[in-house]
Amino acid sequence: MAHAMAHATAHAAEPRATAHAAGHEEGQQHPIKLYLVVWGWLFVLSTFSYLVDYFHLQGLLRWGLILLFMMLKAGLIVAFFMHMKWERLALTYAILLPPILVLVFVAIMASESHYTLFTRLIFFGAGAGG
Amino acid sequence: MAETALTQTGGTLARPEGWRGIAADWASDQRSFKTASWGKTMMWIFLLSDTFIFSCFLLSYMTVRSSTTVPWPNASEVFSLHIGGQDVPLILIAIMTFVLISSSGTMAMAVNYGYRRDRFKTAVLMLVTAAFGATFVGMQAFEWTKLIMEGVRPWGNPWGAPQFGSTFFMITGFHGTHVSIGVIFLIIIARKVWRGDFDVEKKGFFTSRKGRYEIVEITGLYWHFVDLVWVFIFAFFYLW
Repeated sequence: MAHAMAHATAHAAEPRATAHAAGHEEGQQHPIKLYLVVWGWLFVLSTFSYLVDYFHLQGLLRWGLILLFMMLKAGLIVAFFMHMKWERLALTYAILLPPILVLVFVAIMASESHYTLFTRLIFFGAGAGG
Repeated sequence: MAETALTQTGGTLARPEGWRGIAADWASDQRSFKTASWGKTMMWIFLLSDTFIFSCFLLSYMTVRSSTTVPWPNASEVFSLHIGGQDVPLILIAIMTFVLISSSGTMAMAVNYGYRRDRFKTAVLMLVTAAFGATFVGMQAFEWTKLIMEGVRPWGNPWGAPQFGSTFFMITGFHGTHVSIGVIFLIIIARKVWRGDFDVEKKGFFTSRKGRYEIVEITGLYWHFVDLVWVFIFAFFYLW
């Protein structure tokens, strides 16, 4: 109630829109079962990623599986536990797009570190340490 | 609540969905995030900035690991424990992962009971979450002690590239700090829930705004984020 009033005074021009928004804030009612199912999947996926190491999988298979299980777990946590699935796209995109741009930074640093490795091998010799 | 009744009788227009909805929300010359309150929005923006901090840590880890000419220590062996006469690889880290995921599960349920105004269950579930978090930090302290005893330092270690120690202490240390702060945050909010502060909308001493059960969800956002960061640390630092 007080919350709605605070907004109503702040945006007196749009009382209807604010009341609509304020009404939503008490929400996020979902059955407990949903959380238990997500919880179960997180356990299963964590077990899978542990088994990747346990069975000494190597190469592309190892990295691919690690990334796959990582992204599935992250997606489940953000979508269901953090309720992003039920937010409006305006918030979802504002929060989820910027971290994706970090991939550009990853590409830059990958290139940079390869160059550093290259110069180290040139100047110190392979395997000599540095 | 009065505002809910008001909303439902108000006959509000349905807001557009999809890209049209994004454009409409951002261009409406008022609040952009229609379904998220200021508190929730600010927590999300804080978490976004925290994402960049952890991204930078993991990026610097990637950079030093892929540019060193010295072999990287094998995490599977470094973090193995000697149990029942044999070395079980990475077992402590696996248990820590399950503890943190469990804490996320109890937190999600605490949020749910909070919105149902079930004071007792909400407070208990938050305290269980805090206990899981404290267990996690305890196990991390054990792990740090073990590695320091074995001679791991930020500037070197017995097994290979010296950068292993610096990235390990930096990344897990920063994450552990987040968990510890989360535990304190959880205990403070759980106490308020238990006392019934949000049933009488008691004002917070810091913000002097009326307390609402939404703070449980906001605390939950922070806590799930800590779990989320661990998912990435587990994949990139321990498993890679």
